[in-house]
Amino acid sequence: MAVEFWRWKEYNWHDPEADPRAAEVLSVGIDVGSVSSQAVIMADGKLFAFSNMRTGSDSPESASKALAWALEDTGLTLEDLHYAVGTGYGRVNVPFAQKAITEIACHARGANFMYGPAVRTVLDMGGQDCKAIHCDEKGKVRAFLMNDKCAAGTGRGMEVMADLLSVPIEEVGEMSLDVDEEPPPVSSTCVVFAKSEASGLLRQGWPKNRVLASYCSAMAHRVCALLERIGIEESFAITGGIAKNSGVVSRIEKELGVEALKTETDSQIAGAAGAALFARALYLKSKSGN
Amino acid sequence: MLANYGYTDGSGEYFITVDTDKCVECEGRPCAGACPAGVIEIITDDYDDQVCAVRDEHRKQIKYSCAPCKPASGWKTLPCTDACPHDALTHSW
Repeated sequence: MAVEFWRWKEYNWHDPEADPRAAEVLSVGIDVGSVSSQAVIMADGKLFAFSNMRTGSDSPESASKALAWALEDTGLTLEDLHYAVGTGYGRVNVPFAQKAITEIACHARGANFMYGPAVRTVLDMGGQDCKAIHCDEKGKVRAFLMNDKCAAGTGRGMEVMADLLSVPIEEVGEMSLDVDEEPPPVSSTCVVFAKSEASGLLRQGWPKNRVLASYCSAMAHRVCALLERIGIEESFAITGGIAKNSGVVSRIEKELGVEALKTETDSQIAGAAGAALFARALYLKSKSGN
Repeated sequence: MLANYGYTDGSGEYFITVDTDKCVECEGRPCAGACPAGVIEIITDDYDDQVCAVRDEHRKQIKYSCAPCKPASGWKTLPCTDACPHDALTHSW
């Protein structure tokens, strides 16, 4: 069987120390993205459990699978959860969600939760789109800009390159930094063109790390142009799968002259975490009758 | 909130920006009716405000959807921005 170098690690997690039954509100956020799906369960606004997996061809099924995996070994069932919010491109297809909220609002809220209230600019580098968001100290969106016209500057583009070069996607970032001198970037406007260029560079004898450096540089340049359109306000945070790619993150930081905040939490769950926080607020609002 | 709808591609940047803080003040929202291509719609956003937005189906093609109202087609000003009483709507191109 052929090795799928693009395939990133799918996993679930729950806090073994927490007692979710003692929580007043158990809220869940489901982010059904174009490439990955996440379910985040919060107990009174604190992260309790989550799952992160690949989105299948069926959005409702992906949402249900992500939630089932997040609930695994927690002793909880869907019936124990008080409120669910769906987000991401498949947000209207989450069968058990009471409300759908855009991923823009959810990523801002999630970044505020994961990186702290100082975050003012969020760059969400998703599977098939890229969003630049300004938010306030409460994680409310003040401005946003999204590019989902093409895969350049997205996770899917990076997956294509990992496959082309037969490099596991988790190793792409570090490998791209292992160059003596930064090579010129490949095409930053189209993944198909970038892939053709990269193939040409390999034929010219470029080593893999140099080609990856060239692609990471192009990706960084692409998203920096998006960010510069709405402006950078510190503090700055990156969410989404590409936030785990040190090669892209360090080049973005260098181009912008701003250091991105770091977090211990998986950057891919930011949207679902924001949705879970919205779910908690909506549940409390419905309970109070306002 | 500044909501930017549109995209960047190899040929340029095509964004319609809605300043929702201004838009929410508007009662009639004549922009939606003024757009001959039906690009603009009124939505309830994530914060429960009624504001105008670019319809989903036009977001990846606004360069073409809005082309009939651009100067090359004989217009001097845009019907949507002309109709907006609060200057809440702008085009980037």
